[in-house]
Order: sequence, then C-alpha cells, then structure tokens
Amino acid sequence: MADRLLEVDGLQVRFFTRRGVVHAVRDVSFGIERDETVGLVGESGSGKSVTSQAIMGLVEFPGSITAGDVRWKGQSLVHGPTAAADIKRIRGNEVSMVFQDPMTSLNPVFTIGSQLTEVTRRHLGYSKMQARERALELLDLVDMSNPRQRFKQFPGELSGGMRQRVLIAMALSCEPELLIADEPTTALDVTIQAQILELLAELQEDLGLSVLLITHDLGVVAGTCDRVCVMYGGRLAEVGPIDDVFETPTHPYSRGLLNSTPRIDEVTSRLVSIDGAPPDLVAPPIGCPFAARCEACSDRCISEMPELATIEKGRDVACWHPFTAS
Amino acid sequence: MPAGTPSPHPDPSVPDFDRPLVEVDHLTIHFPVGRSRLLGRQQQVVHAVEDVSFSINRGETLGLAGESGSGKTTTGRAILRRIDPKRGTIRFRGRDITQSSGQALRHLRRHMQLVFQDPYASLNPRMNVLDLVAEPLIVHGIYNSTDDAREYVLELLEQCGLSADTADRFPHAFSGGQRQRIGIARAIGLRPEFIVADEPVSALDVSIRAQVVNLLQDLQDELGITYLFIAHDLSVVRHISNRVAIMYAGQIVEIADRDTIYERPLHPYTEALLSSIPVPNPQLQRDRRRIVLSGEIPDTLEPPSGCRFASRCPLVEERCHVEMPSLSPRSETHDAACWVR
Amino acid sequence: MTLGRNDEGVDLHDVNSLSGDEQTLAGISRHGRTRTAKAKELLVELWHDRAGFIGVCFLSMLVITAVFAPLVAPHNPRQQDLVNRLQPPVWSDGGDWSFPLGTDGLGRDVLSRLIFGSRVSIFVGLAVLAIAGLVGVILGVLAGYRGGFTDRFIMRLVDTQVAFPGLLIAILLAAMIGPSVRTVVIVLSINGWMIYARMARGVVLSVKETDYVEAAEIIGCKPNRVMWRHIFPNLAAPLTTLAVLEFARIVLAEAALSFLGVGVKRTDLSWGLDVASGQEQIFNSWWLVVMPGVLISLTVLSVSLVASWLRVVADPQEREKKYGATQIRRHIKDNG
Repeated sequence: MADRLLEVDGLQVRFFTRRGVVHAVRDVSFGIERDETVGLVGESGSGKSVTSQAIMGLVEFPGSITAGDVRWKGQSLVHGPTAAADIKRIRGNEVSMVFQDPMTSLNPVFTIGSQLTEVTRRHLGYSKMQARERALELLDLVDMSNPRQRFKQFPGELSGGMRQRVLIAMALSCEPELLIADEPTTALDVTIQAQILELLAELQEDLGLSVLLITHDLGVVAGTCDRVCVMYGGRLAEVGPIDDVFETPTHPYSRGLLNSTPRIDEVTSRLVSIDGAPPDLVAPPIGCPFAARCEACSDRCISEMPELATIEKGRDVACWHPFTAS
Repeated sequence: MPAGTPSPHPDPSVPDFDRPLVEVDHLTIHFPVGRSRLLGRQQQVVHAVEDVSFSINRGETLGLAGESGSGKTTTGRAILRRIDPKRGTIRFRGRDITQSSGQALRHLRRHMQLVFQDPYASLNPRMNVLDLVAEPLIVHGIYNSTDDAREYVLELLEQCGLSADTADRFPHAFSGGQRQRIGIARAIGLRPEFIVADEPVSALDVSIRAQVVNLLQDLQDELGITYLFIAHDLSVVRHISNRVAIMYAGQIVEIADRDTIYERPLHPYTEALLSSIPVPNPQLQRDRRRIVLSGEIPDTLEPPSGCRFASRCPLVEERCHVEMPSLSPRSETHDAACWVR
Repeated sequence: MTLGRNDEGVDLHDVNSLSGDEQTLAGISRHGRTRTAKAKELLVELWHDRAGFIGVCFLSMLVITAVFAPLVAPHNPRQQDLVNRLQPPVWSDGGDWSFPLGTDGLGRDVLSRLIFGSRVSIFVGLAVLAIAGLVGVILGVLAGYRGGFTDRFIMRLVDTQVAFPGLLIAILLAAMIGPSVRTVVIVLSINGWMIYARMARGVVLSVKETDYVEAAEIIGCKPNRVMWRHIFPNLAAPLTTLAVLEFARIVLAEAALSFLGVGVKRTDLSWGLDVASGQEQIFNSWWLVVMPGVLISLTVLSVSLVASWLRVVADPQEREKKYGATQIRRHIKDNG
C-alpha cells in the first residue's frame, strides 16, 4: 500500500435536492498505483463522474461527501483540519483534471497563452517569462502545430481537438503524478479521438503518469487502460485487469454491457440489449442495484446488498451469482 | 387505422413503385456567414455540402456516416426541405420537390418525418405524451381532437414498447431511451414512407442504444419504412444499414453496400475512419494496425481545390491537390472518389 | 420497462453531469401535478419567503381597500372642513382619531384621500399593463418568429420610441387633450410597450432554435400554430415577472406625472397630486407630503419583494439552491 498514489475508501456522496436525497455514490473503494491507467466505466447515473469530482473536491452544491475518505499519498483530502488547504494545493499541481467538453472548459475571452501560464504562475510561482517558456514546451509536448502562433490565439479560433490538447497541456503544466480525465474524448470526432488517445498513451509512457480515465465507451477503455472498474447504480460492480474483465466478465452487468455494445468488426442480425433502465438513486433498492434487470437475479439479490469480494488475485466482483469460467 | 392514412406497405399498383424513393442529384448547400458585404466584394460562405448525389430505394436503410463538418446532418435537413440548396435537385417518389414550400410542403410532410438526436430537447416539455404523439394526426386532419386520437395513439405507443399509462404523463418523467421511443411514436403516426433518423442513439446510454436500434428495425419490417440513418458511430450504422455512404468535408467519398464498406473499403478516409474506431477487445486493440490521421478537416470557408482529404491523406499524390476526384463506379454496387485507389 | 421511475438520463455532453439531473429533478415538482397541489405548494413556499409574503399581504390589502374604498374610508375625500384644516396625525400634538393621518389645507382627510388615490394608481397600473403588454408582446412575437423585414421594422420602431423622451410626450399630450386619467394611461402605454416587445422577441428567438419547435414544423404545423402553441407558452414566466416590476414603475410614473401637473386632472385624487399640493407646507405640515410618499414607497417596495419571490419560484434551479442550503446545514448539524 505504500506505493498507492490515490486511495478511495468507502466514498459516499449525496445530493440534497427538493425531490429527495440522491445517493449518487454509495460505498466506493479502489486505488490507483504509480504508472498505471485505470478506467472507470459506467453509464449515466452510475456515479462515475461524481466519484471523480469527489476525488478533486469539486462536488457541486447541493452535494457533499457524506462518508468515506479520499487519500492522496496517505493523506486525507476529506477529513482533518488541513484537508481543504491540501486539496487546493494538490489540485492542478500533483493531481490534475481534464474535462469532457473542450468547448466550455476554456475561457473564451482570454488567450490560450494566458490560460496556460496561469497554472504555473499560481502553483509554482513562475515569472511571466518562465511560465511562457514552460507553456511553449507543453504545447510542443502535446503535438500542437505552430505553438508560438497558438499561444496568442483565442479558444474560439481552435478546433475541438486542438482545444482538448490545450487542456491536456494545462493539466500537465505542474508535472502531476495523476491525471484524471473525465470523458476526454466523448465530444470529439472519432479520428480526433484516436489522435488524443494516442497522445495520452505517449504521455503516460514518457512522463510516468498515472491516469484515471472515466468513460462510458468500452472501446476506449480497452485500448488504453491497465485495469478497469465497472460502476453501476452508484456502486462498483467489478474491478480487475483489463484483459480479464473483457474476456471473462463475471458480473452480469459487465457481461450485458459488453454484449450490447455494437462492434465494427462483427455483424449480428439483432443487437442484444439489457431490458429496463438504471435504478432511481433517490430511493435506491436495498439489495443489488442491478437486480431488477439481471437474468441471474435471486431472492438474496433483492434483499441483500452484495459487497465487493475478491474472486481471484486482483479481481473483485460485487455479485451473489457471478459468472465463473466454465 | 382510420381511412385516409396512407397504406403502410408500398403499393405495387402505384406507377413510381420501381423508382428509388429518394433521389438526390448534385446537391450543393452554402451557408452565408457574417454580414453581407458591400457591393463588389464576395459574401463569405460555408461550403457545407458540395455536389452530393445518391438515391435510396424503397424499404432500404441508407447509412450516412461521417464526422463533424461532413455535411451529413445538413444533407438530411435538405431532403426534408428545411434548408434551401444552392444547386441540385431532390426527388421524392419521382417528383421534384426542390422548390416545394408552403401548403404543398406541409402535405409532403405526411410522407417524410424526422427522428431527432436529442431526446431531451425534441419533446415540448409542456405537452403530455398524448398531445405530442397526436399532434401530427390533428394537424393533418386525421383526427379532430386528442380525445378522438387517443385509441390510435395508445396503439402507436404500444408498438414502440411504451405502456398505456405513458399517455397522460409529461416528457420529463421519462428516461432518454423512453423519450426517444415517444419521438419515434410521434414520427410513425402518419405512416410516413420515409424517415430521416438523425443520430437517433448518440445521446443514449450504450445498453439503451440497442433497444432503440432494434425498435427501428422492427418498425421497418412491420411498416416498410425507408430510412436515411445519419450517424457518426459506424458500429451502429453497420447493424442497421443495407448500404452505407461515407461523407467527408461536404462530399461523399465512398458509397457501397454494407459489407463491402466494412470489409473492403477503398477510400483512404474510410479506411482511416474504420481503424480509428476502438473495439472493446483489449488484445485486438493492441494488435490492430491503426491509421491515425494528422491534422484537421479543411477550412470550410475556403476549401482547397482538389481532393478535400488531400491534406491528411497517407496516400496523397500530386494530382490530388490539383484536381477534385468525382465518385466513380468501381463495381456494380460500389462508388469511390479517389485518384490513387 | 420500468415506467414511473424518475429521470436519470443525462446528456452525455454535459460537463457537470449532475446539473442536468438537478434541473430535471427539480422540474418534476412543477409539471405533472394537479392544479390544487401546485397551488398549495406555491402558497407554502410563499409563507417561507417572509419578504415575499409581506409584499403579497400589503398588496392584497391595498387592492381590497381600493375596491371597497367608500366603505373603508372614514370621510369623503373631497369634503372640506375648514375648521379642522392642517390638523396633524393622531400621534402628534393636536391630532385625534377622527382624522388619523391629519388633514390638508382645506380640511380634507388625508387617509381618505390616500385610500381613494390608490384606486387611481391601481387602475392606471393595470390598464397600462394590459395595453402596453398586449401590444408589446404581440409585436415582439411577430418580430422574433417572422424575422427578416418584419423583425427589422419592428425593432427600429422600438429603438425610435425608446429614444424619444417620454416626458415630452406627456407634456404634449397633456397640452393637447388636457390632463386626466385617460391621458396618463395613453402616455404610459406609449412609453411602456417596448420593453415587452424586446423581452418577447428575445424569448422567441431562443425558443425558435429548440428541437421541439423544429419538430412541430416538420410535423407540418402551420406557422400560427407553432407560434402560439409551442413558442408562446415559454413567455408566461418571464412575462409575469416583468409585468409585476412594470406595475411598480407605472405607479411611480403616474405619481410623478401627476406631481408635475401633466398627469391626472387637478380635481382628481392621486398620490402624486397630494405630494404636489402638500409641498408648499412641507415644513409646517410635514404629513401632507410624507404620508403619500410613504405609501408610494411601500407599494413599490412590496411589488419588488413579490417580483423577487416570483423570480425564484419561476426558476427551478433557484428553488433548488434555497432548498439545498437548508438541507446541507441540517445534515451537517445532525452528523457533526
């Protein structure tokens, strides 16, 4: 555990709305080591985005972390007198984030240059000259054409792919050890997505970066991650190495998700789908969140919540009737 | 179904039965941009669609695939006469509809409908499901009021996998997949012959996409609808289409029957596009040969002369920069626009 | 098919994945319920917003006294009683309960004059709202929906009218047809329709681009149906808030015009007129100016408080914020 960069321990996040309390994240625990890419996969309502926001202390009002802990190199970012100050210090510096929509993540009235230099000037105390040098270095690092020209341009003059590169450059400016990327390519075209994913892979290798990649796209996860955590209904369903989980998924939801993903290399006459819809997180079911849609559902599944249990080394699943290789 | 609604299946006794249902010829669409210039200076335009030609046969699904800026959405809207083309003709059931407007166009609307991309924005939040699905029926005089239409609306909802108690509720009570079903129920009420499905599953969760795609296929089998399926996700397109057209920067670069496009693509862009799409198989992803394109799509305000893909093409030659290749037949069912291949 | 479950789905292109949820969740509480349930909920919320509640109470009282003025007012507002002229209000030396707020230079009861004066204020307020509102909204919707020449023409009209000094129109009209309640209504209507036009046009322009309006057109709806069935209902909320604020402004404007002598007739009853006639004796008989002044202020204040409450009520996100704040505080208090 000494080498664990990030530890999420029993995290619980709730949103206090007029309609009721939304249990967005319910008892989620996982860790990220150095130099690894972890994928957090789930559909909308699974709680994956809220989890990443909670890690960075960015949970929006009216939500708050109601239980559990997030630890960065052993230090809690949630509890304790210095937690708030620690998060501010670490955010953008040792842990940085890249968001989904490059169109709205950059301020349209400031140049790329000023937004890039802001990070190093604030966190590392760089002078204007130093910050500018570093910014040009970073634009080069992310394969941006004409860095000097781009430095003076405004976000509106750049395309989606270029803006995402700028955001990645901003995220890397203080040489973070962990990069949290929340749906970084969802809003981009497929050919641009391929460029950005390749860039992320290169950066991960060259800089020894750890990456937490949050996405709903199984193809993206398959191509980039070492380990994957599958989330459903605010909880973790399955965790394990990428090859294992994709080849022999044990949780019925993971199986269903993989089966219903249309693939470019296969033709089936009819797509397999999962009946039903995700559970209502205002009144979450007592038992397994997937019970209502699961083919293997039993009475125990409805009344008792399955906890994440290890089935073999490095693989955990939260299910009373996991599929085992047979 | 009451008398007056068009028959769901194509009628062989109708003279234009053999013709393609939709024919698009040399369609060109320019959008003016910025203020109109003073005399003597050219108005700047976005060349959204350039010289696009294709046809869609009755009962088939043509997949129109491409990335942003490809012009696929604009093409779909132009066929529905929501946009006026600069050049070119659009024929529906053999009749030229390029200039249709006003009352004639409203009559046409009975036969061609649209399924939207965004299930959250395409349903008026102040109308309940009954009102929403019944509206086209009332507007075209098939029923006089929502009460009269109720029975038929319930049938439509059932056909789309929604229960009867859906009718009195409002859109916000439903999930994205259910709202999309409501939108589809609204679209098929008039028994249209042609439906443009504009990215109908892009905004839905993966496990729900399959449900909606299956629904569209079932409806095609039951009602004989012809689809223009616009999408950027080639995996979904593969499942539902009979033929596929690939668009890039406003032009069709390749068009062929489904299996040919996916297994034997000719155009370098099609190849690159197919290889960029990640497959949920880690081993395969590692081993796959991937063509990663550099650069971005060309400037739509002043597109280059010559092939628009030339700036990014791995197989580019001299000729490509100078002369624009046109769609030429490579086999009976396969057209491609490329000098090199 | 799990129908009846509330919405979880979220636009995948939302940066903050929860704001989409929040909006939808909050929206549920406004639509889809019966009318009585909605009305009850509104009243409960009003009670919680003390400021808004006080505002509504005051305005209701004002309207009731205006309607029942002959029954409520202790005296005839025009009856002169020279024996008791310039009597101070009841709480000062020399005042008594027969004239609670004192009398003016001709011995007329101030309280009664104020009560009857409120009739003019409310009538003018409502009349101008109706006329200016109707004209402004219709022109704004036409401009926004039709676009092109219609839009440009109407907007030029708006710009021209806005640039024209309203006071000048008031003076001109008063000179031509004489000051009266009718004159005031005409003047304030001419000056007041533009704001509705601009607002309506703005709403129409933004709603016009939504998918459901496009859907209505593709279904084959005629332009009129699209305009009135699909676009117009979006105006209700912003229109209500605007109307309430405008009411306050009109009350103030009428008082000002009457004060200047280009509003109502000199023999009519109006708060503005009272201030005007009282200003000569402001140092000896302060109540002649202060009483109508305070009433004008209270009316405008109440209207603003109600408008502020309405703004929160009309916007689901604002309501959520208020609710969430109390809940989190409570949760933290409970859980330490």
